[in-house]
Amino acid sequence: MHEMALCQSIVEIVEEEARRRSFSQVRSVCLEIGALSHVAPEAIRFCFAVVATRTIAEGAALKIIECPGVAWCMICSKSVKIARRDECCPHCGSYHLQVTAGEEMRRKELEID
Amino acid sequence: MCSVCGCSGQVSSTERAEAHDAQGSARDRPHVQDNCDRHEAHLHGDQGLQHSHQAGHDHPHHPGGPQAHGGQALVSRDADPAALKVAGMSCQGVIQVGRDILGKNSRIAAENRALFMADELLVFNFMSSPGAGKTSLLVRAVSELKRSCTIGVIEGDQQTSNDAERIRSAGVPAIQVNTGKCCHLDAAMIGEAYRRLPPLTRGILFIENVGNLVCPAAFDLGEACKIVVLSTSEGEDKPLKYPDMFAACSLMLINKIDLASLLEFDLGRTVEYARRVNSKIEVLTVSARTGEGFGAFYAWIDKQAAHQRRALKDTRR
Repeated sequence: MHEMALCQSIVEIVEEEARRRSFSQVRSVCLEIGALSHVAPEAIRFCFAVVATRTIAEGAALKIIECPGVAWCMICSKSVKIARRDECCPHCGSYHLQVTAGEEMRRKELEID
Repeated sequence: MCSVCGCSGQVSSTERAEAHDAQGSARDRPHVQDNCDRHEAHLHGDQGLQHSHQAGHDHPHHPGGPQAHGGQALVSRDADPAALKVAGMSCQGVIQVGRDILGKNSRIAAENRALFMADELLVFNFMSSPGAGKTSLLVRAVSELKRSCTIGVIEGDQQTSNDAERIRSAGVPAIQVNTGKCCHLDAAMIGEAYRRLPPLTRGILFIENVGNLVCPAAFDLGEACKIVVLSTSEGEDKPLKYPDMFAACSLMLINKIDLASLLEFDLGRTVEYARRVNSKIEVLTVSARTGEGFGAFYAWIDKQAAHQRRALKDTRR
């Protein structure tokens, strides 16, 4: 359950920002999670609620923007959308794909009071 | 609370240096305060004050300048916090962060990589499901490779030092990292363990990760290459079931190849599935029991060593 470690990281950055900017409440935390990243959004939601308990992030809404997977097909030289790593190019059926987007796991923004 | 698993009692630990040197004395290096005996040892966050410009972020940098953003004040990360505070007023708004969740681990992994390069050390991170034969494979490899170069091993398991003891019995220094409830090794654990090993300059460091085909794939340790070990008893469709792992690795070692015919294992189909998720993955077949295929594996290691030497030469120009 590595999502727990990642949620700890998310809470740490919220606490760090709170110290730097002197805010005391976080209304929401917005994340960008790629379709091909190493985390499942539902697992992040579950873990965030646990890890945020008794921290400044407790009770904050978690907004997750799910980014689509994109790959470059080396056979037909086109950028194609893929939802999973084992998908082939929808144009030529080749698996010679280089992922170009969808692996991101980023904290995008915080909404504060 | 443990920053890895949220547990309140279980801790991870790294063996003391004195316990695991099969060839000589432990290195006298300054101890870095990321003590693996404490929960704080698990450094998974990104606490650096400067965000990386390699990590994507789409906000402009205008120090102290609030900008319109969805009808709310947007505060740049570079803004002076003092400028945000007005007596009696809250600093309500949206803060753009735009930092990689794995940023801190990546930063420590980069430090590890720089240290490994400075020591001219070739580092491999072995991953597999439990029981695929990683330790048996390493015992054979280190027994044979120790004749030609310096070898060290970092063993990652939830509990016990059984695997490190097996490696040490082969005459090679090994250090055990017990991860407690943690399902993977991270860069901080590796940095700590490496400092407790004897000098391995111009040698090879093998890292045996926790037996798990999911979580370890996400964590850069500073290695030169990730290697996934798949055994013939696990079935051909593992690469499709656990695509992130096979996508992250440079080499797939198919172990227990001596059992392939007995198990009606379809090698061609396994390779095809692995290349669906990673068209560049290299594949070798081995048997840790009989030694079959190890010559080709050592040749592959030599090729990686040559790559690293070239990279090192380029950086020193």
